[in-house]
Amino acid sequence: MKSIVKIATATLLVAAMAGCATTHNNPVDPFEGFNRAVFSFNDGLDRVALKPVATAYQKILPSFVQTGVGNFFGNLADVWTSVNNLLQGKVEDGLNDMMRVVVNSTLGFGGLLDIGSEAGLQKHKEDFGQTLGVWGVKSGPYVVLPLLGSSTLRDTLATPIDFAGDPVSYAESPRGRIAANLVRVIDARASSLSATSMVEDAAIDRYEFIRDGYLQRRESKIHDGESGPRKKADQSRIAPDNVEKVAAVESETAAPTVKTAVAGTKVKLDTALVEAAKEDATLAPRVSSDPASK
Amino acid sequence: MNSLKKYLLAALSIASLSFATHAVAVDVEAPDALVKRISQEVLDIAKTDKDIQGGNQKRVLQVVEEKILPSVDFQKMTSLAAGRFWREATTEQQKQLTTEFRSLLVYTYAGAISQVRDQKVQFKPMRAAAGDTDVEVHSEVMQSRGEPIVINYRLEKEAGAWKIYDVNVLGAWLVESYKSTFAAEINKGGIDGLIKVLTDKNKKLAAATAARNKSAS
Repeated sequence: MKSIVKIATATLLVAAMAGCATTHNNPVDPFEGFNRAVFSFNDGLDRVALKPVATAYQKILPSFVQTGVGNFFGNLADVWTSVNNLLQGKVEDGLNDMMRVVVNSTLGFGGLLDIGSEAGLQKHKEDFGQTLGVWGVKSGPYVVLPLLGSSTLRDTLATPIDFAGDPVSYAESPRGRIAANLVRVIDARASSLSATSMVEDAAIDRYEFIRDGYLQRRESKIHDGESGPRKKADQSRIAPDNVEKVAAVESETAAPTVKTAVAGTKVKLDTALVEAAKEDATLAPRVSSDPASK
Repeated sequence: MNSLKKYLLAALSIASLSFATHAVAVDVEAPDALVKRISQEVLDIAKTDKDIQGGNQKRVLQVVEEKILPSVDFQKMTSLAAGRFWREATTEQQKQLTTEFRSLLVYTYAGAISQVRDQKVQFKPMRAAAGDTDVEVHSEVMQSRGEPIVINYRLEKEAGAWKIYDVNVLGAWLVESYKSTFAAEINKGGIDGLIKVLTDKNKKLAAATAARNKSAS
């Protein structure tokens, strides 16, 4: 693992230099030239080695074995996730993760079964880069690391700490460490095979598609899926002053709707109108989903 | 005081209107109900349809066309992805761009449906105020292994019906993910350049689909 850290650091230095030499128009990706080179290196390696192995792994091993392997490493990762949740001040999540590790390590046979999830202890995934993000450290430019793939300057600096927080890196025999890491990487790759084939279909420029997807995903993970600024914009739209305008528009569209409904044709009415009438309905929290739905 | 009066007046008019509509047969589909219905229908078909299970891509495309497309606003999606370039495009270019982007997304979605196995979808309670015309619907796809896949939708109400105009998979919005590619291609070869790139990509996907179909049958 140490050598990877070294490579990562070296990459960063070179990337920084490359960034000075090239001028690109995308502000999030000043090292684009360099990143693309590493990207195609990773991609080539994936194509000749990792993907074929992962595909074979997925085809040959029974799915319960794959689930077991995934659960096992997931359980180890939960330890570090728990620490990071606590560092981010999310005490409840942190304790939840700790409970997961306890339950899965004992009742789940050392993590092979994910009893925790079935008992309603939801899995989170947090790393130190996210913790730094929560603490207010900006992500910095996009960086593609050799072998490790998409990252940012902030997350690259956090990566060595994530390695230190990884229980696998404390395995006693170096061989065991290597083996464990190999199996983990192959298993992770196998579980993302279908996702990458979709990216293949969807992307016009795979590098850009993966970069933009990654940066958004990271940002959303740091805010735990909440998209902040948009919500505020939504609020402003329903300020009392706008209500009259909205109502006027509604009545225009609603009038012909009523007519057609009388005529017996299927029409889609405006939910908002009905909601507004049922005062209690608007005051009560709108639980419109059915959690038991399958 | 004035604004309060306005507010009350508006509330009253809404209330009276909705009483009128209440009396008539109400066929309201809330945005979350719409998304839920579509995903459920598509998942059910993907799990039970013999043709789809057998890898019949034509049938998959047909399901996408029939079930999903009527509730998607591709023009808005395309205009958002094109950003400031949208207004620079002629009506004809806008039309072509929308058509090609639409095909690309149809192929992508079809690819996703072909991979449906044992997934289940769960929806989270929607947070929206009455009168909102732009909402987000949050869902999670549970699979037998790995973390649930978070899929969110943005919908806008147009002419009384809700239409999807953006999809978020695992934290990344689709429109946002295409934005810089669109901009880069337009900078390189203009709007026609982007249209050509999309057309070529779709041709490749069509060929791949046909090849997959042949091997399946």
